[in-house]
Amino acid sequence: MKFVEKQKANETLDLVCRMCPMHLLEPGEKLKCMKTGQVLEVLTDYDGALEDIPRWCERNGQEFIGIEEDDDCYKLYIKKVKQGE
Amino acid sequence: MDKIYLDHAAATPVNKAVIEAMLPYFDLHFANPSAVYDIGAEIKKVIDEHRERVGALIGAKAEEIIFTSSGAEANNLAIKGVVFAGQKKGNHIIISAIEHHSVLNSARFFERMDYEVTFLPVDEYGLVDPDGLKKAIRPETILVSIMHANNEIGSMQPITELSSICREKDVVFHTDAVATVGNIPVNVHELDVDLLSLSGPSLGAPKGTGALYFRKNLRLMPLIQGGIQENGRRGGTENVPGIVGLGKAAEIAAQELSHSENIKRVQQMRDRLVQGISANVDRIKYTGHPDRRLPGHASFCVEAIEGEALIFMLTGEGIYANTGSACASKALKTSPVLVAIGVPPGLAQGSIVFTISRGNRLNEIEVAIDTFSRAVKKLRALSPVWKGHRHL
Repeated sequence: MKFVEKQKANETLDLVCRMCPMHLLEPGEKLKCMKTGQVLEVLTDYDGALEDIPRWCERNGQEFIGIEEDDDCYKLYIKKVKQGE
Repeated sequence: MDKIYLDHAAATPVNKAVIEAMLPYFDLHFANPSAVYDIGAEIKKVIDEHRERVGALIGAKAEEIIFTSSGAEANNLAIKGVVFAGQKKGNHIIISAIEHHSVLNSARFFERMDYEVTFLPVDEYGLVDPDGLKKAIRPETILVSIMHANNEIGSMQPITELSSICREKDVVFHTDAVATVGNIPVNVHELDVDLLSLSGPSLGAPKGTGALYFRKNLRLMPLIQGGIQENGRRGGTENVPGIVGLGKAAEIAAQELSHSENIKRVQQMRDRLVQGISANVDRIKYTGHPDRRLPGHASFCVEAIEGEALIFMLTGEGIYANTGSACASKALKTSPVLVAIGVPPGLAQGSIVFTISRGNRLNEIEVAIDTFSRAVKKLRALSPVWKGHRHL
């Protein structure tokens, strides 16, 4: 697991309290509206996302930057590197 | 005998256009909206179109609407959803003393879990004092819930004033608008609320339908755990015909409410009912605020009479009204709303509520005035309380 600190992001997606598998559906939709090179911050309280999101990035050709633990959620960072997503 | 229905706060007839809109979604378009094939995706699209219609009725965006099974579920989701999501922020909830049972009991649910609940008192008209709310808010307050209008006494709260206090103090504000949406124009931005509950049967949609408006980006813990339905906020396969019915009813209501004369006509019928009853029946108290109230709402407490007896007598003559609180009435308990506004328990037993809609006619109101006045006379003639009272 890759941890980061004070990572900057262009957009934030708050998925705290949202049910599985929203953490795998919403980032893809959000990335569609973002430019290549931009960073998406995903907030979630779902433990499963810690494995699912890096794997989703790998499968979809996006770069998983890392995770930061906050008081009430995890922050996961994805860099858009592939167009068309 | 023609039936005269004056209990629209309890349920409204489902509009024929609403039924027609719903019918194809029972058999022709039956697919599961979560299915990946085309006929499932088409239904998903239909749900979102109707989400937009419900949103449009209250000035909200489609993505800010969660479909529920009722106004009570919407209230539960608002309160439990916000409190569970914000449990690290604080443990104090504020509601008014005259909320619907779905709000009162959701708050009491948290009282059993070591949360603190403040029940704000109301004045003789049922109104919350904004200064009282200001004083009740603490650093650990996470939610305030105050209804838009009360279904038993018709009074409408100064929501904008109350919500602005919460906005200033960064506290989430919810309003139960079951009694208002469909009866008067309601706009979530004008009211400046974070959450708002509405109910289908209050606006010509079928029973089993309701919705919760929530401000985008507000964290809300789902009550029903499931999957991707309602964007991961409420599990369970969607009630597609019900959603279509609610969307269509919302569209019709928005169109009808855009003509102010429709509301004015309802108010004129209500005013005539109040004037007629007050002129014909003595020792009767008109409850709720005289002006700041729902246009079709008239509520009274009749001295020396049981509300239930009056309802049965009116029903025998084809007139349908209510005692105000079905739960309190069935449990033979004094209505907590009437207690909160200071109506003495004896007088509160004689509670009767009429709720008029756009479908009523003035001649029905005249019949209701006459029948009501005769029924009160008959019941009082049999009442030992009234006899004792007369000989004093």
